[in-house]
Amino acid sequence: MTAIRCTHLNKTFTQGEQVIRGLDDVCIEIEEGSFVCLSGPSGSGKTTLLNAMGGLDQPDSGEILVGESRVDQLGKSALADMRLHSIGFVFQAFNLIPVLTARENIEFVMQIQGLPAAERKARAMAMLREVGLADHEDRLPSQLSGGQQQRVAVARAIVSNPTLVLADEPTANLDSASAIQLIELFRKLNRERGITFVIATHDTRVMAYCPRLIRMEDGRIISDELQSGIPGEPPAAAQ
Amino acid sequence: MAATRLSASILLTLAWRNLWRNYRRTGIMLVAIVVGVWAMILFSALISGMVDEMVRGGLRTLPGEVQVHHPAYRDDPSVANSIDAPEGALLALLNQSPVTGWAARIRVPAMISSERDNRGVQLLGVDPAQEISLGFDPADVVQGRFLQGPDDNGLVIGRKLAEQLETELDKRVVIMSQDPDNNVAERGIRVVGIYRARLQSTEELNVYAGRATVQKLLGLGTRVSEIAITGDDFRAVGGWWRTIEQAAGPDLETLPWMQLDGYLESMMNLQTSYNVIIMVVIFLALSFGLVNTLVMAVFERVREIGLMMALGMRPGWIMYQILLESLILLVLGLVIGNLLALATILPMEDGIDISAVAAGLEMAGMGSTLYPTLELQHMLMSTAVVVVLGLLASLIPAWRASRYNPVQALART
Ligand SMILES: Nc1ncnc2c1ncn2[C@@H]1O[C@H](COP(=O)(O)OP(=O)(O)OP(=O)(O)O)[C@@H](O)[C@H]1O
Ligand SMILES: [Mg+2]
Repeated sequence: MTAIRCTHLNKTFTQGEQVIRGLDDVCIEIEEGSFVCLSGPSGSGKTTLLNAMGGLDQPDSGEILVGESRVDQLGKSALADMRLHSIGFVFQAFNLIPVLTARENIEFVMQIQGLPAAERKARAMAMLREVGLADHEDRLPSQLSGGQQQRVAVARAIVSNPTLVLADEPTANLDSASAIQLIELFRKLNRERGITFVIATHDTRVMAYCPRLIRMEDGRIISDELQSGIPGEPPAAAQ
Repeated sequence: MAATRLSASILLTLAWRNLWRNYRRTGIMLVAIVVGVWAMILFSALISGMVDEMVRGGLRTLPGEVQVHHPAYRDDPSVANSIDAPEGALLALLNQSPVTGWAARIRVPAMISSERDNRGVQLLGVDPAQEISLGFDPADVVQGRFLQGPDDNGLVIGRKLAEQLETELDKRVVIMSQDPDNNVAERGIRVVGIYRARLQSTEELNVYAGRATVQKLLGLGTRVSEIAITGDDFRAVGGWWRTIEQAAGPDLETLPWMQLDGYLESMMNLQTSYNVIIMVVIFLALSFGLVNTLVMAVFERVREIGLMMALGMRPGWIMYQILLESLILLVLGLVIGNLLALATILPMEDGIDISAVAAGLEMAGMGSTLYPTLELQHMLMSTAVVVVLGLLASLIPAWRASRYNPVQALART
């Protein structure tokens, strides 16, 4: 089964006189349950592509299929519902709602989904333990470090059991140990629950863990290759 | 259903916490709403107090809230259109609740002459005890005395009339009117009392004589011009005047005060319009502050609004969240404003002395003391105005918040 299929995606931005090609004829197919890394220099279009896949921004032309849904054709509320129920997001810059505590931020998506309070709380606490922040549940984002905020965002992205996680620089603010811990958590969820991961990063520590590595430059895909020798796994496990 | 309820609780949490994020701005807005609500209720209470006072004053001279007449009397208030004094079922009704006072009285046009001047007046043939039950205050007789019974031979006239006739206490004047056979009936009568009234026009117009004395002068037997009835609450008259009408029978005309005095009725009706206008005007001033507060609040939160949308919150819910924030602010302001109104207006209901400015107001039929009346209706009306208009004003910023593009909102720095 295909989790995501993008065909001939184009997106341009105009800034004053300048026309920037954010996406330039991008075609990708991502299988369900795969673990994909998008890499490339700053400004190469990684965020733009993730946003298009998540239905956050519409391409100028081309088709995007996520699961069964034509993301480029859905209305605002339908897109919101799709994001709510099937996609977990980690954003590059701003991730947490300032007036909610760490635990409430993790519960937020489950709360809009309408899950009962007890279940929400239990799952949020389990997730906080998983990202090593169990004793920070009542802190507001402003009382957490950048790395801690990032881990809360990751916890929120996966707590509601999405089928797809779109993560934009999830390890940007993390030290080496936390970064590896996080990426191993992603791999574990990927293997155990079959969640599809698409991670935009220029962190080589992250790339080393990705069975499939897609490189971008100036809005174009310049390489798309499978890697073997993923740490902690027998080479055969690579997809 | 469950989903909607749980979502409402997260909206409430977000709205409440966001409200107190900038507690100074929220506090200022809250104070403005409280003062606005308080002012709305105070103004309505003052207007009601004034209007009630005018109506009550008007009903004391009318007098009564219900009157029974000969059907032709109101067109031609002559002695020919007289009626029998009340008896039987009607009399029984007059002497029981909710009626608290009544008078069977003669009221005919007459001419009064002193040796210096003469004037057209309204001659009232009354039983003084009955007049007092209808609201005539014997303390208003500032010189001499009020009548002592229906067969009193004296005359009580107004202060202004005494001035105009250049007469005074104990002098004799001549009263002249027509009897039922169109003959002139006249007699000399001694001025035994001079009264003051709230309105000069009353002092000029009404002269009081004993009922039996007037009946004898005009050859009326025991007949009268009208039966005036009060229940002491002009608002409640709708509840009982029909039973009086039935007892009086189809040959007599029974009318409540609203139909007897169109001016008083229109005063009453205008009161509600005044209140609504004042409330809306006060609210319009408030709404600029409210909209500004919300626009600022939304503008400061563009990124989190984008985040919530990106995470799957529907645009409509973003709108509800902003509206809820506004509603919480409005309801808090309403609760405090209403309590403040209760605390400050209730003590004023005993009356505020406005004699300093009363000379002008007397023209409008008011006394020199103002009795603000706090009514539940005002509080409900101000609540309705504030909630409905407040939410309408909040729609603009709320709608704008829901139209953000999540990516652009998130990228805002
Ligand atoms: N809203 C926008 N308006 C104008 N230009 C934009 C906008 N969003 C993106 N761009 C441009 O599109 C190009 C691709 O941007 P994008 O954010 O996708 O890059 P990226 O690969 O995510 O970079 P980084 O690694 O720095 O996050 C860049 O040149 C960027 O300047
Ligand atoms: Mg980026």
